[in-house]
Amino acid sequence: MNSSFALSSATFIYGLATVFYIGSFAFKQKKLATIGFLVLVTGMVFNTAGIGFRWIESYQMGFGRAPFTNMYESLVFFSWTMAVLYIFVELKYKEQGFGVLVSPLIFLSIAYASFDPGISSTINPLIPALKSNWLIAHVVTCFLGYAGFALAFGCSLMYLIKPGQASKDSIFSRLPDGEVIDELTYQMVVFGFLFLTIGIITGAVWANSAWGKYWSWDPKETWSLITWFVYAIFMHLRMMRGWHGKNLALVSIVGFMAVMFTYFGVNFLLSGLHSYG
Amino acid sequence: MKNQDTIPRQIWVFFCSVKLTVYILVLLAVTSIIGTVVLQNGSPQQYIDLYGKGMYNLIKVFHIDDMYHAWWFLFLLLLLCINLVVCSVERLSLIWKTIFPKQVRFHPDRFLKSTTKQTVTVEHNPDQIADSCETWLSRQAGPVIRQKDQNTTLLYAEKGRWTRLGVFVVHASVLLLLAGALVGAMFGFKASVRIDEGGQIRQVFAAKTREPISLDFAIKCNEFEVKFYNTGAPEEFRSNLTIIENGQESLTTDIRVNHPLRYKGINIFQSSYGTATPDAAVLSIVDNQTGDEITRTLQVGETITLPDDQGSFLLQGFLPHFDFRGHNLEETFFGKVSLAGEPEIQIGLPVKFPTFDKMRKGRFTFVIKDFEKRYYTGLQVTKDPGVWYVYAGFIMMILGCWITFFMSHQSYLVALQPMDEGGTCIHLAGRTNRSSQDMKRRLARMKTHLENQLKKV
Ligand code: HEM
Repeated sequence: MNSSFALSSATFIYGLATVFYIGSFAFKQKKLATIGFLVLVTGMVFNTAGIGFRWIESYQMGFGRAPFTNMYESLVFFSWTMAVLYIFVELKYKEQGFGVLVSPLIFLSIAYASFDPGISSTINPLIPALKSNWLIAHVVTCFLGYAGFALAFGCSLMYLIKPGQASKDSIFSRLPDGEVIDELTYQMVVFGFLFLTIGIITGAVWANSAWGKYWSWDPKETWSLITWFVYAIFMHLRMMRGWHGKNLALVSIVGFMAVMFTYFGVNFLLSGLHSYG
Repeated sequence: MKNQDTIPRQIWVFFCSVKLTVYILVLLAVTSIIGTVVLQNGSPQQYIDLYGKGMYNLIKVFHIDDMYHAWWFLFLLLLLCINLVVCSVERLSLIWKTIFPKQVRFHPDRFLKSTTKQTVTVEHNPDQIADSCETWLSRQAGPVIRQKDQNTTLLYAEKGRWTRLGVFVVHASVLLLLAGALVGAMFGFKASVRIDEGGQIRQVFAAKTREPISLDFAIKCNEFEVKFYNTGAPEEFRSNLTIIENGQESLTTDIRVNHPLRYKGINIFQSSYGTATPDAAVLSIVDNQTGDEITRTLQVGETITLPDDQGSFLLQGFLPHFDFRGHNLEETFFGKVSLAGEPEIQIGLPVKFPTFDKMRKGRFTFVIKDFEKRYYTGLQVTKDPGVWYVYAGFIMMILGCWITFFMSHQSYLVALQPMDEGGTCIHLAGRTNRSSQDMKRRLARMKTHLENQLKKV
């Protein structure tokens, strides 16, 4: 077994999990969601193995380094963080309903890494600027943050597509109730916010040790700050202004758009220090 | 509040609003986008080429060429700070008594009416189990207050009252960060300098203005080394530096990217490198009429007389990258040829292309045979006395967020009510200032735990 086999398998298995979750939603079969969950856990195991193998392979190539340093690796890791967080949430809150919105995100991220010809999966050695222990802390925390926001986004979408009064036999009746979704969205935003905060901070400390400036208004930095502002707004609206439900779900969706722009848009449309993803 | 508030009071009320906070945060988020789309710190010509003359005037008026330091952006940050301070003062004075009460009081009704209340019934009468319930509760939540209300025994305990301060820690950290940034901007600098191998400097040049800044010591570059991977990508840049203070060598060390030198509040970072101007080169001169060739070492700036007294050649200088009709010919020396009866001409002598000067078809052909290649190291030199405030702010922000999000003020009431038919009805209720869903789950867990404990009585 090697990393590329493990990661291709993970991609395929995540795709299968998505099919089960969608099937469960469309046919109102609880059992399918349970199978979907088990498949997703299997996919996560392959995903973990793939990242681990990649790490080992870099040592075998003679320049050992953490596997979080380019677009391909970050997409694979993003799938992993989303999968782990989702598995945790499903176990803790005993809610399967929103797997139908999250499993496609997990699948899409890793599938995009494998299928976009513009994204190379070769393992290259690190340029000097990336050789730092802060790299691992920075990337891991940022992507845990992104995963929290991705799940919050899934919850918010669910809130918006779910009709106010879902009748017993509509397919939407399988989705959790509004209040639970609202609470879960908040929990996911809180998780994401804490880790984005730590991610921005570790990035700043790293920049200070590499370039002597903890903040230089580089587009990626600025966009992560914009994202941070949006979620800070989310939290103040909820805690101090009593916002709930649809309006707040919209704020969370705007926040996730900012996350996506920070992640992809900045790399493809703007230029800066973070050309590696 | 009276209708005729004084003006200071009105200002206070204006700033004491979370709506204002939200508006300011929205404005900051939206305006920050501008600086990621519009070129920052470019030259006027760049702006005119990119956006046209009219737009350039607009950009100038609103300082969009350096918008994160523009007056209006800083003004927004200032408003944010005032807002934060005013809100915090107001709020803290309101909840101070809640956080540090003279005496803890509780209202049993508020607990007993809550929908998350759990109930357990046991066969013992209240007096038999009161003590074990009290011990249990104190282990769950801390010191217990025991009261008797008619024939119901009430046990009350709470924990985490102080966590209500978490929000203030977060907000204080924002202020500390901005204060640190201000201190850095006022008393620090960011500069850069190039030092040739073997050379030393005492002055560095400010990043924006290029003004020289004198250091209290000299930095000498003993050696620069660059290593490449097999792929050709750089692996490591390393400079060996010596700090010379008061004429004495006080420290010699290597710096690499990500491994700077910090000396007396000044940080020295590896940032770039290049080929330094060499002192001399080995030059060969071929006389194309006689076929004679002479080879000599020539200092840069030195003039040599050409064979047969035909004229002279001056070795003028050196460029690490010579752009010739769109091609980069890399390291190139320059010289001036003066032949009797001909106008002076300037010629380029690329080291990598020894036949280059032949194409000129002059009487003499000049070729650089060899030169001693030296690097210069490009250093970033910074001073930022505010960085410790910023780091303290970082730590406070993480701690404050943790407290605010994952800890809460929880209070619990256990009511032991004797039942008419004998035995006790135990009510377990809890309140919190944060998620009531969490409290519901916690109470359910505690109920099971309590039941197990009471089985042992
Ligand atoms: C970006 C800078 C921020 C500003 C200007 C700001 C401003 C404010 C203001 C003015 C209030 C109302 C004042 C009060 O009642 O205490 C408030 C409340 C609050 N803020 Fe912030 N805030 C900021 C960042 C944050 C962050 C990063 C968090 C995340 C932990 C946060 C969490 C809260 C919470 C939880 C409350 C509610 C307070 C309560 O429940 O008593 N704030 N904020």
